[in-house]
Amino acid sequence: MLLSMEKIQLIAILGSILFMIGIIELIRRKQIKEAYALLWLIFGTVFVIFSIWKKGLDFLAALVGIYYPPALLFLILILAIVMVLIQFSVVISKNNDRIRNLTQEIALLKNQLETNQQQATKTKTT
Amino acid sequence: MNSIIIIPCYNEEKSIIGVLQEISGQSPQSTVIVIDDGSTDNTSRLVKAYGKAELLKLPINLGIGGAVQTGFKYALMKDFPVAFKLDGDGQHPPGAIQSMLDPLISDSADLVIGTRFSPANQGFKSTLMRRAGIKILQGLCYLLTGMNITDPTSGFRGYSKKAIEFMAQHYPTFDYPEPEEIVLAARNGLRIMEIPVEMRDRQSGISTISSTMSIYYMLKVTLAMIFIFLRPIEKDKK
Repeated sequence: MLLSMEKIQLIAILGSILFMIGIIELIRRKQIKEAYALLWLIFGTVFVIFSIWKKGLDFLAALVGIYYPPALLFLILILAIVMVLIQFSVVISKNNDRIRNLTQEIALLKNQLETNQQQATKTKTT
Repeated sequence: MNSIIIIPCYNEEKSIIGVLQEISGQSPQSTVIVIDDGSTDNTSRLVKAYGKAELLKLPINLGIGGAVQTGFKYALMKDFPVAFKLDGDGQHPPGAIQSMLDPLISDSADLVIGTRFSPANQGFKSTLMRRAGIKILQGLCYLLTGMNITDPTSGFRGYSKKAIEFMAQHYPTFDYPEPEEIVLAARNGLRIMEIPVEMRDRQSGISTISSTMSIYYMLKVTLAMIFIFLRPIEKDKK
């Protein structure tokens, strides 16, 4: 089977398997949260499947109207990148809101703390 | 034994006072702390007015995992030997705390789970979807921990000092931590025990689980549980 495969297909299979191992290890070491790795895992799996299953890739490419089936893998990869970037944009926006909230809370707390301390020293000296 | 009851809340203004009153009737010697997870209703105001419970008001919504972990950090800070967690919606009867306390006092368990499903308690109604979901999680728990947990999504739990210290640092903080907590506890040497408890239907409001006991939830929780199983044992921060 290995000999009837094109070089590019072999590279795609190896690359996507290595990618999956890398992502799984990052999750295992708690360097990526599962929620943010989910898209990578899904696309990685799709990539592995279609790297191995040439007939499936050919069929899907024809369905979508792509003349050169491996170009479909590029498309899938680009889709993955776009979706992950959108996810990040959403998460960053949310985080900015939360940071602003926390910053304001801290400022208010400091104010409250200083007021309390001033009142405490006032009652001591009177 | 000095105990603390942690009640994470998100918009539970309709039921929280009922729960607090029931606790002071059933467990008057326990300290109660309500964690307000960024509620947009009157939950905090009602708790402050009630006066007999501590209140931690989170400035932003962290989700139930983050809220519960805050409770553990508080319990650790105040050096409680034993902690309980129950929901602010009235499903968990405070009267059952005594039976959950026994294995903690006798040091036979670190994590006690109140289970709705026991031979003596077949009358609990639930939707078919929920029960199917719970069965799947039960199977997963068995695969990953070797233990038969009949109610992996039950939020009614008791914790020993060792469990409090562990959870304050390592509590699973994403979405719905109940099943993940079980795998995490088993993986890190905490002894788990289930105690049958008669739970009631939610008194009001929307359950955080029923509307999302969906394929998406099952996938996420399954993934999370598998990764917790794959991880090395947690090291404590010194």
